[in-house]
Amino acid sequence: MGAVRRIDAARAGRPGPATADPIVQVRGITKRYGSTEALKDVDVDVPRGKLTTLLGPSGCGKTTLLKIVAGLLDATAGEVLVNGKPISGPGPERAFVFQDFALMPWATVITNVAFGLEMRGVPKAERLETARHCIREVGLAGFEDRYPHELSGGMRQRVGLARALAVSADVLLLDEPFSAVDEQTRRKFQEDLLRLRHQENKTFLFVTHSIEEAVYLSDAIVMLSRRPGRVNRIIEPAIDRSGSPDEIRRDRHYLDTVEEIWHSLRDFVE
Amino acid sequence: MTLFGVRVPMMASLILWCVLWEIVGRLDLIFLVPPFTAVLAAAWELVNTGTFQRATVTTLWAFFVGMGFAIAVGVPVGLLMGRVPAADRLLGMWVNVFVSAPLSALVPVLMILLGMGETTVVATVFLFAVWIIVLDTRAGVQHVPASLLEMARSYGAGRWRTLTRIVILSALPEILAGIRLGMIRGVKGVVIGQLLISIIGYGELFELYSRNFLMEQFWALTILLFAFAMLVAEGVGMLEKKIEYYAGVRQ
Repeated sequence: MGAVRRIDAARAGRPGPATADPIVQVRGITKRYGSTEALKDVDVDVPRGKLTTLLGPSGCGKTTLLKIVAGLLDATAGEVLVNGKPISGPGPERAFVFQDFALMPWATVITNVAFGLEMRGVPKAERLETARHCIREVGLAGFEDRYPHELSGGMRQRVGLARALAVSADVLLLDEPFSAVDEQTRRKFQEDLLRLRHQENKTFLFVTHSIEEAVYLSDAIVMLSRRPGRVNRIIEPAIDRSGSPDEIRRDRHYLDTVEEIWHSLRDFVE
Repeated sequence: MTLFGVRVPMMASLILWCVLWEIVGRLDLIFLVPPFTAVLAAAWELVNTGTFQRATVTTLWAFFVGMGFAIAVGVPVGLLMGRVPAADRLLGMWVNVFVSAPLSALVPVLMILLGMGETTVVATVFLFAVWIIVLDTRAGVQHVPASLLEMARSYGAGRWRTLTRIVILSALPEILAGIRLGMIRGVKGVVIGQLLISIIGYGELFELYSRNFLMEQFWALTILLFAFAMLVAEGVGMLEKKIEYYAGVRQ
């Protein structure tokens, strides 16, 4: 049975979804830490302007894959193309949102948000203007001069998101951004993310271990198998998101997709 | 602190010890312990003498110059050791040896090298203070959250700006703690240096008082020095508290 599944996985994983215009192309990425293989021959296309989720059990290497796409980690083999060009490290077309927020505790919200622009040599007045705009965008207006320790976890992650928005990158890479915040904040945040995705013409690549979150947010879900992580299957939940958040969460198709993913993941958990 | 249900102010225990000292002094048990009030009177007289004032200037000068060098060398070396594993392996052993070594034993060597002058005292202060500054800075650098370093990298900060904008600021609480401990050791260094040379600053005065059994002056000078050491440490401690929130929010 294991062999059958492996063949199935390989067939499903190989070509990836037929995307006309992938902004990020992951080609044959393998990552080894010593003798442990974290990722094996992963191919993923991330369609432009969509929200793609990497979903999988703990230790399947989804964060590793995201960090390779970010250029923060080097792959053992394979390459990542962004806008058709292979990457060799972090670049201005990609911005990262960290699981633990990674805010500078000694700096105010606005300084944190403007950090990326500062590193790019944007003049002070201009970068503060942009930062202010992005802070409004994520719903933190009025908190510009506060320090991170004065904010709640959810608010801190909004600062992290504003920082990523400020550099106007094409691709936002989010590493389990809601795992360190409570459930209400998480839901509110997910709704805001959906709204942002419609406003901004950006591509989101999102890592999560929550099936509900993945189905609720994603245009495409890339399911990774357990270590060594490889693409198991790709699901494109065609959920009507015109309704209210509660309607979406009660939507027949939403619930079915959650159920379906749960069943296929359970094989790996057990 | 509360005693029998009554709140006792912080410095109350100090008053108790002072009273005890006064009583023992008045009893005239040993000439080494004059009454505390007499010591205080001597202290007042002492600070008004030209000798003491000149000695103070000499001592403070040696202390601050030595500390300046210790910080100027200790912080960069600590940063280097924290960031570059090869430097850490190369220097780590020596720093750990020197931080716990009885450095007083080296002062005579310094005297031979640098002469019986203020240079030796400055070098002694440096030698006493620098190691702990190196070690604390190194620890601070190693505690910089990995995600903060990744953040800097992903937003395009190079090596230099990662160091100046992230590493140093993140390690500041430890660096300041190192400087505070370094200063306490530096006070020891300046006194030991001067005592061993014994013709400079407070060292000369200590030598004079103890040789002539001028115990009141001797104790007065000792108390003044203790107070100075505490004051210096408190000053840096206050600066540390101002930026304490750093540590609280670091994972």
